[in-house]
Amino acid sequence: MKSKASLLFITFALVALLFGILFGLFATVQYIDPDFLKEYVPFSKMRPFHVTSIISWIILCATGSIYFFISKVEKIPFSLPKLPMIHLIVFFLTGIGIYISYITGNMEGREYFAFTPILLAPILIGWVLFGINYFITIRKNIINWPVYYWMWGTGIIFMIYHLCEAHLWLIPSFREHFIKDMSVQWKSYGSFVGSWNMLVYGIGIYIMSKIKKDESVARKKTVFFFYFLGLINLMLGWAHHTYIIPTEPWIRSLSYVVSMTEWIVLVHIIYSWKKSLSLKNKQDNCMAYKFLMAADFWVFLNIILALLVSIPAINFFTHGTHITVAHSMGTTIGINTTILFASVFFIVSKIRNEILTFKNFKISYYLFNVSLLLFLSALFYAGVKRSNWMYFTKDLPFSELQDSLYSTYIVFLIFGVCLVVAISYLATVLLKIVYNTLKA
Amino acid sequence: MNNKTKNSIIVITVLVLIFCVYNFFIYTSKESEHPIELSSEALLGQKLWQKNNCWSCHQIYGLGGYLGPDLTNVYSAPNKGSNYIKAFLNSGVKSMPKFDFSEEEKNALVAFLQQIDSTGYYPNTEADIKPYGWVEIKYKNEK
Ligand code: HEC
Ligand code: HEM
Repeated sequence: MKSKASLLFITFALVALLFGILFGLFATVQYIDPDFLKEYVPFSKMRPFHVTSIISWIILCATGSIYFFISKVEKIPFSLPKLPMIHLIVFFLTGIGIYISYITGNMEGREYFAFTPILLAPILIGWVLFGINYFITIRKNIINWPVYYWMWGTGIIFMIYHLCEAHLWLIPSFREHFIKDMSVQWKSYGSFVGSWNMLVYGIGIYIMSKIKKDESVARKKTVFFFYFLGLINLMLGWAHHTYIIPTEPWIRSLSYVVSMTEWIVLVHIIYSWKKSLSLKNKQDNCMAYKFLMAADFWVFLNIILALLVSIPAINFFTHGTHITVAHSMGTTIGINTTILFASVFFIVSKIRNEILTFKNFKISYYLFNVSLLLFLSALFYAGVKRSNWMYFTKDLPFSELQDSLYSTYIVFLIFGVCLVVAISYLATVLLKIVYNTLKA
Repeated sequence: MNNKTKNSIIVITVLVLIFCVYNFFIYTSKESEHPIELSSEALLGQKLWQKNNCWSCHQIYGLGGYLGPDLTNVYSAPNKGSNYIKAFLNSGVKSMPKFDFSEEEKNALVAFLQQIDSTGYYPNTEADIKPYGWVEIKYKNEK
């Protein structure tokens, strides 16, 4: 395989990211001015546009990165060399289909997959093609897989499974049972995110082992332990979405127990922190490394938040508020997007054969991280106020709550704009380099 | 195949088996002692709920988008109910769009919200919070 398909995946991913953050901005404006272009860019369209574009960014970039690492860095030829291009074309056409479905208002799907459900078919086909090619190629060429090969393989398989699970509601007898339907729906979303995390975290470990030139990073007993722990959580620990849905108690208690195992991850991070910081490496000024360090920091913050909201007594108050959005945007931006930026910087340094150093990106890097922190803080504060409104005020109308949050939403918007500026800068620079390589 | 690979495959197989059993129980569970099945009118309401992206601004059991209020118990809330819901659909307050539903469609949405209302409470203000972090939620059909 030439690197063309993988670089095209990354190109589309960066374009989806650029569009995605703009849609997010439009959605936010409606928090401040509900009548703002209400006819043309209603929140009910901007939210799915935003979320779908952002998910596309994560998935396309992860896929492109994996194709690139295998074929260009490891130099393992794909057993079915034409499939990546076919996969790309299938996803590209589906992407167009999704946007058309949104623009024309054919949005019979549910949250996160709001498009008309027929489009699930080509998405599944794309994943199956990816999976077949991946497993045949890796099985033939590698014995004794480092952990990232396991993670990518797991990610692909569970992605296929949970995409199907998220559409079980298409079966009439299933959607009649409202409570079961709803909990399975949100179970699938939790695991869907778990699946792409397998892809993205695997990428993080891969790059780290390459930058440090130390394969043991991906072969130690502990990384395998955390891989299995992650897998258990992917399968059984989707708890914090559904504690409050009146399902049978055993479902809820089991999720509680499973998600509490993540404390081990937190303790391990704190324990190994000093080691990872004291690492002196001549490459520690390269952008990929910097973004991995940023991801480390965001993992730390987000895991604390995730652990807290997975305790039912805390979840009880945070569920259904913007604290949930702070958690989901915190992880998708802070962890997934930073690792994927690291990945694209790593790839770009491979194709240009030079390392992009931190010096030239200092401002956008700090702008990204600092505005993200303040952006999430504003969401968190809005969540606290909403929780207070839900549980500790009596009969205050919703509109009064929204009015009292006006200045918080302004802060949210301002740091949202800063975030858009930082991300746009980084994404455009990367896009230019990738595009020029493709053209050459 | 070396030992390490073999061990990984064994662990994964065990986990997947647990996962299958677990899913079997979830998919076939009765969800509660008195499961509520949506009527065909409510199912039409659900379809409209999805097609018009009500979920992007509203939540059910706290799940959805956050620009608007949660609607789990809007049907039975004091001073709200059927006509109140229809009034919102007709007028489009604040960021809520004005919808052009037929009477039948409005009834379907109301039926959907009514049947959701009958499944439980949100916010579950009478839940019992235990010291070890567990929450005993109050179910609607328990006495
Ligand atoms: C673009 C966002 C948006 C969409 C889409 C939307 N709503 Fe709303 N809705 C709101 C907002 C905001 C309010 C609160 C208005 C206020 O009280 O200030 C609201 C209020 C309501 C209320 C009254 C709630 C209460 O407790 O007072 C009902 C009922 C309702 N919407 C039903 C629906 C249904 C059904 C749909 C889909 C057909 C829908 N909404 C789509 C934003 C939206
Ligand atoms: C890489 C950047 C971003 C990622 C990965 C991301 C991801 C997400 C995700 C996953 C959600 C769904 C949340 C949920 O369902 O709980 C969401 C919602 C949202 N995002 Fe973003 N986002 C990004 C950037 C932005 C920016 C820059 C803005 C605004 C300036 C923004 C504004 C919003 C808004 C308003 C919502 C809807 C919240 C609601 O339901 O009320 N996002 N985002």
